[in-house]
Amino acid sequence: MREPTHLVHKYLRSSKRFPHIWCSGCGIGIFMQALIRVIDREGYGKDDIVLISGIGCSGRLPVYVDFNTLHTTHGRALTFATGIKLANPRLKVITVMGDGDAVAIGGNHFIHAARRNVEITSFILNNNVYGMTGGQTSPTTPYGAITTSSPYGNLEPDFDICRLAEAAGAVFVARSTVYHTRLLERLIGQALQKKGFAMVEVVSHCVIHAGHFLKLKSPVEMMKWQKDNSVTVEKAKQLSDAELEGKLVIGVLADRERPNYHEQYHRLHGEKSKA
Amino acid sequence: MPSWCTKMKKVARKQVLLQGNEACAEGALMAGCRFYAGYPITPATEIMEIMARKLPEAGGVFIQMEDEIASLGAAIGASLAGSKSMTATSGPGFSLMQEHIGFACMAEVPCVIVDVMRGGPSSGLPTQPSQSDVMQARWGTHGDHPIIALAPSSVYDFFELTVQAFNLSERYRTPVILLVDEVVAHMREGVVLPTRDNLEIEERPRPTVPPEWYIPYADPGTGVPTMPAFGDGYRYHVTGLYHDVRGYPTVRTDEVEPLIHRLFTKISKDFDRLQWFDAYETDDARVTIIAYGCVARAALRAVQQAREKGLKVGLVNLKILWPFMRRTIVEVLENSAKVLVPELNIGQISREVKRVNQSRCEVATLNKVDGTPIKPAEILQTLEEIYP
Repeated sequence: MREPTHLVHKYLRSSKRFPHIWCSGCGIGIFMQALIRVIDREGYGKDDIVLISGIGCSGRLPVYVDFNTLHTTHGRALTFATGIKLANPRLKVITVMGDGDAVAIGGNHFIHAARRNVEITSFILNNNVYGMTGGQTSPTTPYGAITTSSPYGNLEPDFDICRLAEAAGAVFVARSTVYHTRLLERLIGQALQKKGFAMVEVVSHCVIHAGHFLKLKSPVEMMKWQKDNSVTVEKAKQLSDAELEGKLVIGVLADRERPNYHEQYHRLHGEKSKA
Repeated sequence: MPSWCTKMKKVARKQVLLQGNEACAEGALMAGCRFYAGYPITPATEIMEIMARKLPEAGGVFIQMEDEIASLGAAIGASLAGSKSMTATSGPGFSLMQEHIGFACMAEVPCVIVDVMRGGPSSGLPTQPSQSDVMQARWGTHGDHPIIALAPSSVYDFFELTVQAFNLSERYRTPVILLVDEVVAHMREGVVLPTRDNLEIEERPRPTVPPEWYIPYADPGTGVPTMPAFGDGYRYHVTGLYHDVRGYPTVRTDEVEPLIHRLFTKISKDFDRLQWFDAYETDDARVTIIAYGCVARAALRAVQQAREKGLKVGLVNLKILWPFMRRTIVEVLENSAKVLVPELNIGQISREVKRVNQSRCEVATLNKVDGTPIKPAEILQTLEEIYP
């Protein structure tokens, strides 16, 4: 218990009124813990980290941790992050968004942040539903799912967030579930080290609003589902498309180098000021 | 010399020919703006183009974003990281920015937004002058909130008020809007710009206590909490939710109401300082024109012509539209038999004038919304018709 206690004291805000707002069994806490562990292990300074969120259950994450924290508007965390990183490139800029947050209302900002390649480490907590507002269909809700806004079944196909990020130009794209905590920590560490726009999709679970359409009744069942339905990138290469249907491919999906925006900009700025 | 104007030292300086939008960019740079995020839109684009060229030389950052929502988001982010920041747009983009104007009001993040107005609604009249965003500037974002909006009527004004917009924004930690019409934005005038030493440049109040004593949204007595930059060692929380003095979300009635009241009173306590206008021939005026922007230019000419004809008329040229200068306007209403409010909209400032009038005098309007400026002759004709 020494490590958790140490981390709680070091990283959670003692002045913040707890308990947190998340439901029992929610996956967000697992991610938050993983993020804190990695930050501690890698030795990032608390003063240098800016943790930015949008709106929704994931939007409430930054307030609990002792960094520079910013709870922005729905879908727009990446726009604030862009301004912060460009104004002070020394800062480690991290965003946490939900699925509706990042790829519905924030979809435009998401693809352009990936294309622009400002160094932002982004995490998308994908629980396949709008949780805070009571279980409406999100862009990652499975086709046919019954939700409070699709009472006769969802008519829309779901987004593959990782493929979207990769196509838009993100230099690091990875996926884990909150069940696979060791993998999750490894991916968080790799994403934080990337000098460009990095995105990790963190498949989580909303037992209150998404459990029923996945026919899963408890957090434990939902996490077992994550375990049973995931295949690693390595294993996925040996499987056919039919065999991969409905599976979550976890691991690093893209890792490439491309000049990032702010380094190019500041190089240009250096040349300009000399001229 | 009006109170809002820079008092320049008497040193010979060169006159330069500047476009309004160029003067705005010059003012921003001189005020210390080091971050610009924007999206192209007529008739505001020149500001962005100039900032794209000049900011790197000044050690600042320019970025073209994917839309106007993102532009103001990035500007707010940069401001939180310690840079004075701005964006510029026109009506349709200004509509998109409303979400983040509300955020900047609530989280108290300084930023400057230029709206070079066009006729609306919707795509409207992109290249024609208009003053139809006056109410959007006031109430465009949802919820009760204070706002500051300035209105230049010449190229020099645009320079000066841009500097002042940054000052007010920093002083009160609030978004400040520059409401400009296409005439002022695009015309060229010879101006003598002050040097940086001639200008009073204000900076946001910074914390003087060590980080462990810092309470981010505590009122230090001025109504304006101190503000460190992200990365300065003062780790604090910023949110668009109602928050307590530590910045943490709250729904406690004893925390919610004091916050909204403080947001208003931090500006309203200074209403007496925020009466910025130019007055011409108002001392003995029987009819006083209340105007702003390019309409005030036509009104000035009309006043001169009316005086030649022996009519006792005057002009008050408003530099601040919001908060509405009630004190100044009431004085005008009390000292005139009639007031004329010409505007390039269906009647937005005249509505406010009538609201504070309380039957003190007769308020006449002259509204034009066909995309052309109001001509001096049109104002003169109206003056002759209503002259008591």
